[in-house]
Amino acid sequence: MLRQALAITGIGIRSIPERWAPSLVIVIGLAGVVAVFTALLAMAAGFESTLRATGRSDAALILRGGSDAELNSAFDRESTDLIREEPGILKGSDGKPLASAELMVIAELVRKDDVKNGANITVRGVEPPAFALRPHLKMVAGRNFTPGLREMIVGRGVLQQFQGANLGQVVRMRGSEWTVVGAFESHDAHDSELWCDVEVARTTFGRRGSSSVLAALDGPEGFARLKSAVAADPRLTMDVMREQDYFSGQTKQFRKTIGFLAGVVTIIMALGAVFAALNSMYAAVAARGKEIATLRAIGFGGLPVVVSVMIEALLLALAGGLLGALIAYALFNNFAVSTLGQNFTQVVFDFKVTPELVIRGLVIAVVIGMVGGLLPALRAARLPITVSLREQ
Amino acid sequence: MTKTSFVVANLFRKRTRTILTLLSVIMAFLLFGLLQSVNTVFNAGADFVGATRLMVQARVSFTSPLPISMVPKLESMPGVTRVAYQQWFGGVWQENTPLIMFSTDPGRYHDVYPEYVMADAQWQTFARTRTGMIAGKQLAEQYGWKIGQKIPIASNIYPQKNGSKAWAFDLVGIFDGKDEDYFDEANQFGVKGRANFFVLKLADGANAEAISHSIDAMFENSPDETKTQTEKDFNISFVKQVGDIGLIVRWILFAVFFTLLLVVGNTMAQSVRERIPELAVLKTLGFTDGSVLGFVLAEAFALCLFGGLIGLVLASISSALVSKGTGGQFQLTLDGSVWLIGIVAIVLMSLAVGLLPALRARRLRIVDALAGR
Repeated sequence: MLRQALAITGIGIRSIPERWAPSLVIVIGLAGVVAVFTALLAMAAGFESTLRATGRSDAALILRGGSDAELNSAFDRESTDLIREEPGILKGSDGKPLASAELMVIAELVRKDDVKNGANITVRGVEPPAFALRPHLKMVAGRNFTPGLREMIVGRGVLQQFQGANLGQVVRMRGSEWTVVGAFESHDAHDSELWCDVEVARTTFGRRGSSSVLAALDGPEGFARLKSAVAADPRLTMDVMREQDYFSGQTKQFRKTIGFLAGVVTIIMALGAVFAALNSMYAAVAARGKEIATLRAIGFGGLPVVVSVMIEALLLALAGGLLGALIAYALFNNFAVSTLGQNFTQVVFDFKVTPELVIRGLVIAVVIGMVGGLLPALRAARLPITVSLREQ
Repeated sequence: MTKTSFVVANLFRKRTRTILTLLSVIMAFLLFGLLQSVNTVFNAGADFVGATRLMVQARVSFTSPLPISMVPKLESMPGVTRVAYQQWFGGVWQENTPLIMFSTDPGRYHDVYPEYVMADAQWQTFARTRTGMIAGKQLAEQYGWKIGQKIPIASNIYPQKNGSKAWAFDLVGIFDGKDEDYFDEANQFGVKGRANFFVLKLADGANAEAISHSIDAMFENSPDETKTQTEKDFNISFVKQVGDIGLIVRWILFAVFFTLLLVVGNTMAQSVRERIPELAVLKTLGFTDGSVLGFVLAEAFALCLFGGLIGLVLASISSALVSKGTGGQFQLTLDGSVWLIGIVAIVLMSLAVGLLPALRARRLRIVDALAGR
């Protein structure tokens, strides 16, 4: 039986070039579905991988209680100093707590492909330990800012997507002028930020305290110790969370939105592709009607015919799926975009076409191919031999 | 037999094929309709032209507030009749539902936004009640708020003087907007005398551009530099922060229509190929080359038109369902512009898929075709 099926499939596949147009319809149709599906989810995957890469599990982020995001959080200097002295924070090589009090403000920069509409960019005022706390952050051009001066360093993502913050340029904020002296790369959400000295930011923007404190944790129990100590301190009303959890928690909404969009679009496109595949396979079966009838007349069974038509449909679908994944990969992998993050500022991220997404796309293609092949296969096997043979 | 019924009869000679092709076309236009209406939602800011108003925000970003002491300066500008201000409140309803909520000055707000329809008595109570709040009709219906109720709302930005983030507001009015807004206006108090943006109402025929330039010039090099733009630009920049939705929609539609072109094109080519002898007979009977071309084109057009229209109707129905299902949070409507683009797409599509087979039919030489050459 298997040999029969393989023989018929072989004949079928060799005859594809004779009827390439309908076969191409299946391939291109499925390529379209899989490309759109993969590209949309690659966007969600990219956003997620950027935020997941941000933050360590051995560092804690402390925000004012109930703030949810750094943008909403603000507390005074006294609280900042109190937090620094809480137990559970790792001491640096200088014996001081390894913690950075940071101040977040927002600047507006204009996208490269736009002329006037500004987008919000995070400006992060940091203390020197900030760099030790993010060891993966590397300067890639220029130099670091000098504490005490109105100088800034710019993330790679901002450099890529927005204008007005290139090396040597001056960014104006509230009547103050900041020179961009260097560029850094961190491969995470900080790539979408501008960094400067926190003290200069405080005096320039008239803010006394901080938005957040980032602290390295002292050993595996550090987090629990810090959290309970902060909770027990009557002078503080703060939320303590692992830095990684804070950033990972921000992906949920985006994932939901993109997932919904991808779901609806894929279902509708897949239905369209099923109809197209049915059409093509019916045409293929009709074109080979005489041949199939002859085969059955000389003793081939009905089942091998069904199997061979199904295999042909599946192979075409698989080819389409691969083509689609390839298109998505070629056009969109590492395609940089930015969207609004939790802080109401832009997060720059790259599309990521992951192997998992490609596999999911191929599964969709195979399912469509199965559905599209089944009915025509049954018809091919059921058609009375005499009728088919007599057809001209 | 009329020409129309001839075309229709030809379409249905291979019923399965026509129906399947039709279904593909329907799916493509369903997706087209839905995506275009999403696109319209995201570009909606552009239609709400109120060039009679200007928005003043801090140049750095509207998230850094400006001092309210700027109001008299702004109001004394020639051409500006009234100034309102709004401060983002960061309102949170119940567990974690963010509200679009601003604190504002009721009297000024009413003057600047006369299109918010609410009884005068309610406006007066709003102005009198320090803890007053008004809400859009749809929002109030969604959460079951009634006038006179005290609504507990938390703020993730402003704590009360005692440090608590829980506020309670008296709902004193429910407004109906000319545009669909979910704004919730709380009475201004205790927000350190600052506002995220000022809304300037302009006198009739005032030069909006000149006014915006002179405002920005006035505050240049002060700690509170401003950016003044028309309401329309302000709304667009808001939407654009989310990302380039239009770009995504364009890519998807490109993929969909490219595929569809192939599907329908293949069907048309196939059906003409099969009918070559028949077409030759038609020509023998005296139908001109032009009318044979017409038949084939009409068939392609009919296929695209039926499929396209059904798809667009389905899209209208499902977008209405989406609007209802999300409780009006996400208003999808297939407006005239979507239909217009849809019709244009139908026409272009039928030309693209029908022209080649039609030309082939037109060029057909009777002798060759009948001889099967």
